[in-house]
Order: sequence, then C-alpha cells, then structure tokens
Amino acid sequence: MSERIPAAGNAGAEPQLPVRSKKKSNLFFKKLVRNKLALAGLVIITLMIVTALFAPLIATHPPEKMDAANALAAPGTNGHLLGTDNYGRDLFSRIVYGTQISIVVGLLSVGFGAVAGTLLGLVAGYYGGKLDGVIMRIMDGLFAFPFILLAITLMTALGNGLTNVIIAIGVASIPGFARLVRGQVLSVKEEEFVEVARSIGSPNVRIIFTNILPNCMAPIIVYGTMSIAGAILSEAALSFLGLGVQPPTPTWGNILKDGKDFLVLSPHMAMFSGLAILLTVVGFNIFGDGLRDSLDPKMKI
Amino acid sequence: MIPTLLVVATIVFIINRIIPGDPAAVMLGPQASVQDVADMRERLGLDKPVFYQYIDYILNLLKGDFGTSIYYKESVLTLILDRFPNTILLSSAALFIAVMIGIPAGMIAATKQNSLLDYVVMLGALIGVSMPVFWLGLMLVLQFSVNLGWFPATGIGSLDNGFGNVFKHLILPAVTLSTIPMATFARITRSSMLEVVSQDYIKTARAKGVREFFVICKHALKNALTPILTVMGMQVSLMLGGSVLTETIFSWPGMGRLIIDAIDKRDFMVVQGAVLFVAVIFVVTNLVIDILYKAVNPRINYASGKEEGSS
Amino acid sequence: MENQEPLLQVEDLAVSFTSSSGTVKAVNGVSFTLHHGETIGIVGESGSGKSVTATSILRLLPPRTSSIDGGRIVFEGENLVALPPGRMRRIRGNDISMIFQDPMTSLNPVFTIGNQLVEAIRLHQQVTKKEAVKRAVEMLRLVGIPEPERRIRQYPHEFSGGMRQRAMIAIALSCHPKLLIADEPTTALDVTVQAQILRLMKELQNKLKMAIILITHDLGVVWENCDKVIVMYAGSVVETTSVNKLYVNPLHPYTWGLLDSQVQAAGDKQAKLTPIPGTPPDLRNEIAGCPFAERCGYAKEVCFEEKPELTEVEAQHHVACHFQTAASRLERNEVLI
Repeated sequence: MSERIPAAGNAGAEPQLPVRSKKKSNLFFKKLVRNKLALAGLVIITLMIVTALFAPLIATHPPEKMDAANALAAPGTNGHLLGTDNYGRDLFSRIVYGTQISIVVGLLSVGFGAVAGTLLGLVAGYYGGKLDGVIMRIMDGLFAFPFILLAITLMTALGNGLTNVIIAIGVASIPGFARLVRGQVLSVKEEEFVEVARSIGSPNVRIIFTNILPNCMAPIIVYGTMSIAGAILSEAALSFLGLGVQPPTPTWGNILKDGKDFLVLSPHMAMFSGLAILLTVVGFNIFGDGLRDSLDPKMKI
Repeated sequence: MIPTLLVVATIVFIINRIIPGDPAAVMLGPQASVQDVADMRERLGLDKPVFYQYIDYILNLLKGDFGTSIYYKESVLTLILDRFPNTILLSSAALFIAVMIGIPAGMIAATKQNSLLDYVVMLGALIGVSMPVFWLGLMLVLQFSVNLGWFPATGIGSLDNGFGNVFKHLILPAVTLSTIPMATFARITRSSMLEVVSQDYIKTARAKGVREFFVICKHALKNALTPILTVMGMQVSLMLGGSVLTETIFSWPGMGRLIIDAIDKRDFMVVQGAVLFVAVIFVVTNLVIDILYKAVNPRINYASGKEEGSS
Repeated sequence: MENQEPLLQVEDLAVSFTSSSGTVKAVNGVSFTLHHGETIGIVGESGSGKSVTATSILRLLPPRTSSIDGGRIVFEGENLVALPPGRMRRIRGNDISMIFQDPMTSLNPVFTIGNQLVEAIRLHQQVTKKEAVKRAVEMLRLVGIPEPERRIRQYPHEFSGGMRQRAMIAIALSCHPKLLIADEPTTALDVTVQAQILRLMKELQNKLKMAIILITHDLGVVWENCDKVIVMYAGSVVETTSVNKLYVNPLHPYTWGLLDSQVQAAGDKQAKLTPIPGTPPDLRNEIAGCPFAERCGYAKEVCFEEKPELTEVEAQHHVACHFQTAASRLERNEVLI
C-alpha cells in the first residue's frame, strides 16, 4: 500500500507523501484504542461476528423448531431465555441466528457497493470530461431515490431472497461511494506526487491504483463502516416489510414483523429483536466515528 | 435538474424491465388466462420493441401520465396526489420537530463541549442516528397508545372531528420519523459550531462586546448553517424513505403506505409511479436548498453553485 | 506625561493554559504601564506570550482551557481581572478595542461590512439604526475606504486584504476607544499595504487621542510607531525601555539576536542576517534559570541555575540578564555563527 514513487533525484526536497508509514499507523492504533467509544464499537462488532460464526453453539434451541404448546411464552420460562414467538420458537436462538443474516448482508452488500462505487468514482474523477459527466449523472439519478425506496423497488423487480437483498442494498450504496471517491480523487489528483508519476510516464491504471487509490482509502473505510450500519438497518427494514429474506429463516426484521402482530400480547418479540438491531447499528456507527477521529478528524463524512 | 430527472425516469424504466418473466403475467398473478395476459401486454405496450416502449414512457411522463393502476383502475397520478398531502403533513411535522430540537441541542452541546450535558446529548444523538425507526414506532405505540392510551395508534383521524383530532394522530408518527434527522442535526450542528466558534471572527465579535448569546446565535450559527443545510437536503431524502416504514406502522394514508400496499397487490404501475414521484420531489427539494445556501452564505456563487475562493 | 494617572497598568500578570498534555505557563509575571495617547510595542517570537498578554487584557482567552493565575490589569482605576462579565463586556469595543492579525478571517463572512459596523456602534451607543448607518459610513470614510455608501452593503469577501483591515480598524474605532490593541495588524498583508495601515493607525491615533498596544515580531515596525517597547521571551519580559534607548543601546542578548535576525532599516552597515539558533523552551516544563540560556551565546553556569530578575540597568531601561547590571556590562560580540 505504501509503495513510493520513484521520484528522480533530490530526495531531500521530495514532498512528504501522504501515504501511511508504519510509524503513523502505530499512532493511528494508539488513538483508536484511546478513543473509548470506538473501542466499545469494536467490542460490539466483534461480539456480533462471533455470535454469527458460532450461532449453532450459542443458540439454546433450533431456531425454526416450533412448539405450539409453548407459544408466546414470556422471557425466562421453560428455559427460553427471551421467551418464545407465536409458533413457540425460541426467541433467543432466533435472534442469535438472525445475526448471521444481518452481518452477511451488511458486509457483502457494502463490499459490493464499495467496490463498484469506488471503481466508478476513480474513473470519473481521474479521467474527467464526458465520462465523468455520464457516470456522475447516473449517480445523481440513483441518489435522487431515497436509499430504502431504491432498495424496495429493486426488491420488487428482483424478487425475494438473500442474494437479491445483498444486490439491492449494494446497488443502492453505489452512488454514495462513487461521489465520495470522485471528490477525493479530484483533490489527490492535483498533488505533486501524481504529477511526478505522470511526468515519468507511469500508465494511468498504475497511477490510479498505486498513487491515487491508497490516498482515498481512509474516507472509504470510514464511510464503509458507517454504510454497514445503514445496510443492516435497511435489511431489517426490508424483512420488516416482507420484502427481504423470507420466513421461516430467522432475521431480525422478520422477528420484528411477527412481533408487530403480537405487540400487545407479547411485546418481548418486538422489543428484543429491535434492541439487537439498535445495538449492532450503534456498534458500527461508533466504530466508524472512532475510525474517522483517529484517521483524520477533519474528514467530511 | 432536467438531466437528473431524465436519468431518474430511465432508472425506473430499467428496473421495470428487469422484473423477471412477463411483467403482464406477473402483474395479473397466476390465475390469469392467456387472453388476459395478451390484453395486458398490449395495454402496457409490451408488444412493441423496448426502444419504442421507452420513448412512449418518457412522452407519457411529460404529459403527466404516470400510467393506470391495475388494481384501482385509476390514474396513478391521481392516486399519488390523493396521498401526497398526508405525506407532506407527516414529513413537515417531523422536520419541524427535528430542527427545533436537534439544532438547539447541537448548539448547547458545542458551547458546553466536554461537559456532562454534551456527553448526554451526543450519546442520545448516537442512539438516534442508529435507530430502527420501525421498531421505535412500535415501541411508542406500545407505550403511549396501548399502555397509556394518550394517542391513537393508527390512522390519520379526520378534520371533521377538529384539527386536534388530526394533531393527536400526527404526534406519534411525526416523533418516530423525526428521530434520525433530529439526531443527525444535533451531530452536524455540534461539529459545525465547534469549527466555527474557534474562528477569528468569533473573537472579533466578542472583542466588540457582543453578548455571548448573540455571539453564538447570530455570529456563529449563521456560519454553521451551510453544512446543516447540506445535511438537511440528505435528510429530506431519508425522511421520504423513512415515511414508507412509518406510514406502514401507523397506517398513515400517505405515499409510503400507497407503495407498500401496491407491492402487496402487485400493482407495479403504482409502485413505479410513486417511486418516480418521490425522486422528483427530492430533486425539487434540493433545488430549494441550493437557493437557501445562497441566502445563508454570500460567498456561494449562484451560477456555479460552488464556493468562491476567500480572497 | 509621567505625572498623569496611567491609562493601563499591568502588574505581574500570569496566564496559563491547560491541556491533556500538561499546563503551559504562557505568561509569567509581565508588568508594564501605558499612558493616554502612548504607543507601546510588544515584541517577541511566536509563542513568547505577547498575544496572550494582549488578549488577557480584554479577557478574551478561551475560558475553559486558560486562566489568569495572578496579577492585576488596572484600566482607569478598575481591575479588569476581577470585573464581572457584564461590566467587562461594556468595556470591550467601547473603551478598549482589538484588531487581529488576519483580516481575511477576522471579519464575519456572512454579514455585510455595514452590518458588522452598525452592530459595533449600536452595542455601546444609544442611537437609531439610521444614525448608526450614517456613523458607519463616516467611519469607513475616516479609514480611507472609497465609496463608503456602496461598500457598506458589501460582504468581506468583496474586499481586498488591505481594505478588510481598514474595515476592521473602522469597527474597532467606531466607539472611539481609549485603548486599541493591535495584534500583529500587518503581518498578513503585503509590504506596501503594511505601511499604509500603520500610517492610518498613527493618523487616527492622533485624531482620536488613543493609546495603542502594538504586538509585532518586527522590530522595524516598532522603531517607526512606538514610544515604548517590551521584548518578551518564553512568557517573560527580558527587556523594556523607550524605543530610542532600545534602538541606540539594546542590552539583552535575546534582543541582539532579534536584531541580527531581521532586516534593518536602510543604511545599516552591511548587516548579515543571523537566525537565533535553537527553538524556544517547552513551557510545560519548569525552567530553573534564564529561559533564554539554552540559546544564548553568552550563557554561563549561573544562567542555567538562577532566573535573572528584571532590573533597572540604567534610567528607564530594565533588563533581565545576570550580566547586564548597573555595575557591569556584557560585551556584544559581532554576529556569532
């Protein structure tokens, strides 16, 4: 990542490259750890990932096993930590398994949106001109749709299912990344080291990936972390509207949707699934905040 | 603005065409006869080449024709305009709450930086921006409608029963919808104010003998407004999206509810029309925000929309 | 002049800043006296405490991170340090005004020049809006801004740097203060504009009969504009006297260093420019001896162990150096490399 430009001669006058050195990254980690809130975010995220990975070990019951006799049990009864839902399924186990969908959708959809958006932003920002105009007009168009509405519309076209949820949320994330990266490229492009690289005849693709992209990484990482929070919220919203991963697969949105119908009788269904969403989203958000403050407090995200 | 609208319309058109299978058959459902499907294809113009379909689509839009609802057998635009005022009422109320609480909260947090009050406001804002509004809505219903019985849980009420009736119905959904923008305003106001209050011109104002209250509320706030406005533009979009969820929970008869109902009824013409309409509203709102920018920041060159250099 | 009641007396002022990395004693026992209509220059490198000294007179230091730990600032018989905030606010902009280094950033960008000027006038004078606008136009004319009726409706970004500083001066002087504090008023300006602004300040000083505290790092500015001068280093006064005495007979090695490191007035013997070696001390640490000892070419052992007192070495000429006393003098070397 920190490949240096083969600048000709006078190393002394070489402008300081804004590429992270080892010393700087140590400082970054120190700052990150000192930021207690960010650390709390990291703990929450780690907890969620561990829960998702070891769901079968953590869950106390099979998440889809129905037990009509024990339906809508209150938390703590008959070994059901958080009670049961309207089919008598163990709520704790369902929420534990729901973590898998949330984390998978959060990571994959943002990964998809980040890669596509970054590539588009790099191309638009670096080459400029007509190509920039066309790409950014399309991004503006996508941006005009409220995020969740775009995802909803895409889901109606694509149909239900995990893959389609990831695609829908991923596509809806593209314009945000493209705009961010393009703006970043425009400022990095003017830096001296890019001029130097260009003057010694480096090919464009090489310049983009070795000089420009590394200098765009910090905001991409911060924005990406916060986007994961948004993606998890959107996935839950889609499930809640019945447009996401279909029942009986346990997702937090599905559980909440069922809970809505039993709000008065058994509020715990809606309560705990919502708290799981809130906690996870808070975790990613504060970690994103902490990353930004440690990388560059002046970053405009 | 015009190119953006064209792109928006094109995107909706493309999404329409990627619906797998025959859209006509999908719309009519599995019970439809072959003849019905063929009729529907003709009605939708699906028998023509895609390019002609596209031109027809754009030309119809220009005439204000958003198509006809398959379920309601009514003009989509009529359906939209029927529900739209309700969404405007809900969103404006939410925006009002968000601005009136979020911005002062951010200002107080900034002036008392690192105090307990600051931490409390910022923690609240952090939870606020992370809030699943559909969950919050349910919890508010549980507490204030079911347990306390203060406000009705669903519906919009009726003006026939007086304005107070509608107002009572409005409170819970508006509070729900205001949560994320309120928290976002508090955060951006705080950070923007913190940046502004360290500027020299704030010191100048104090050196002139301006009261601290006016230093903050006049000299600092007006400078801090530019980023707040930027965020407001994005929040309008988020609120239009959030209204889909909020209206679903509270059975609020607005655009969002219309969209979700239409999805249930496989009435895709309505879905596309309404989504397109929302996007147009967003584009227009941002035009208004651009004009507001000019009002709060004289350095913005209206023609280019960019800030001039400071020399 | 000397028998007159002084306008401002600063006595043993001490100011410190607190941050997570420690407490910085930015000003350490500064004293001086200023009479009506007088100009005093405060000279020193950045970080010497000259701006902090000036800013604390108006009590404009950031409240949570800084504190005035000791001393008195007596203005017309009132100790400003002990004044309640409301009373202090009525002095700011009215009896004591301040202008800052960078006119690009010290005017509020989102209000018109007229708005900012009218605000200053109406804060301290009971006049109608119309009357205030009239006075604002007069003030702009007074500071030499052409077409003031038109300019008054413009925003700061429509003004050039020099014009902005003129507007700043108009705002500062709009209530005819008795004291103007000018914190490096010309540092951010072009050389030609610098001279104009300084001339304008001098002119207005004579017209309005006010005293000026002029903070600068440029001794050239001091020679031409000040009556008295204070040389500050690391939060302490190292030398203070009249401008004439300092020009003819500078005594503190730090003052020599400043002189050697700056371009002097024309006709000076082919002066070599010599920067003072090293950097100012870290004020978070307690300094046992003379704060300048580390960088001083004349330092002996005593300089690192004992802090020299500011003593009157000759009439009206105070120096804080172990080797500059009434009895003995230090021989000034030719430029040391």
